[in-house]
Amino acid sequence: MIKFGVITFPGSNCDKDCLWAVKDVLGHKADFIWHEDGKIMKYDVIIIAGGFSYGDYLRAGSIARFAPVMEGIQGFAAKKNKYIIGICNGFQILLEAGLLPGAMLTNSSLKFICKYVNLTAENGTSPFTNMIPKGRVLRMPIAHQEGNYFCDDKALNSLIKSGRVAFRYSSPSGKPSAESNPNGALYNIAGITNKAGNVLGMMPHPERSMIKELGSEDGRLIFESVVNYIKKS
Amino acid sequence: MAKVKVYVTFKDGVLDPQGKTVKNALDKMGYKNIEEVRIGKFIELETKNGAGPSLKKEIDEICDKLLANPNIEQYRFEIE
Repeated sequence: MIKFGVITFPGSNCDKDCLWAVKDVLGHKADFIWHEDGKIMKYDVIIIAGGFSYGDYLRAGSIARFAPVMEGIQGFAAKKNKYIIGICNGFQILLEAGLLPGAMLTNSSLKFICKYVNLTAENGTSPFTNMIPKGRVLRMPIAHQEGNYFCDDKALNSLIKSGRVAFRYSSPSGKPSAESNPNGALYNIAGITNKAGNVLGMMPHPERSMIKELGSEDGRLIFESVVNYIKKS
Repeated sequence: MAKVKVYVTFKDGVLDPQGKTVKNALDKMGYKNIEEVRIGKFIELETKNGAGPSLKKEIDEICDKLLANPNIEQYRFEIE
């Protein structure tokens, strides 16, 4: 049985939603992992949940990356068949930890943005997107102030060429455009994966779009993709 | 004891939305002479020991590891 672990930092506020998403909605085994705990190898998938870890002081995610649990995360990411999903603050932490390339700038509007956005999945075969039908536009909420993804030209080209741009902000019909970009992110990037393909960072919240009563069930596709990928491998 | 003043600023080419907004406000206030505004961070550190030969290396390390993000930021510091 596939086992999920959800990391809780001081200041995390989406950890309960993430646990609910994979445990109650999808029926998988899942535990919370405290930020001081180093024993994470028993899990198949680690979710670094959103929130304001350590108050997001200095830069979002910059302090959390030095938490004891993050030492284990580096080793976890280097293992085959282990997967990490960083959502919102979790994505920021993965960037600060160097597990994903680039950095987050303040939203171009300078405002905290909390709303539904549309996303296209750029790569239909990755561990995190293989259950998303081609051309399907996903609807999910964002809730952040630092989601304006930035990297240099070389890193961006490498991301695009190697199919590591996981999600892009798009119009309802699936066209990435300036109007559909909520935060100024480079190339409308909403999510990326690492070179090995087993680490995903994304700003939108799949755990907040799991049942139709919440306005969208599209978040399921991401968790279902990783489960499907593990079962097949 | 030594005092270290660290200045963290965005690298050239990195958009600074805060700086841009302040620049627009200055424009509206009539300060047409201001061409660009860039906002950074000023961090003061106090050391236990005085400014020895290894302090510069130590501060570089602290800046590289935590105070600045090399993807978007650069830093400089003064030791007093």
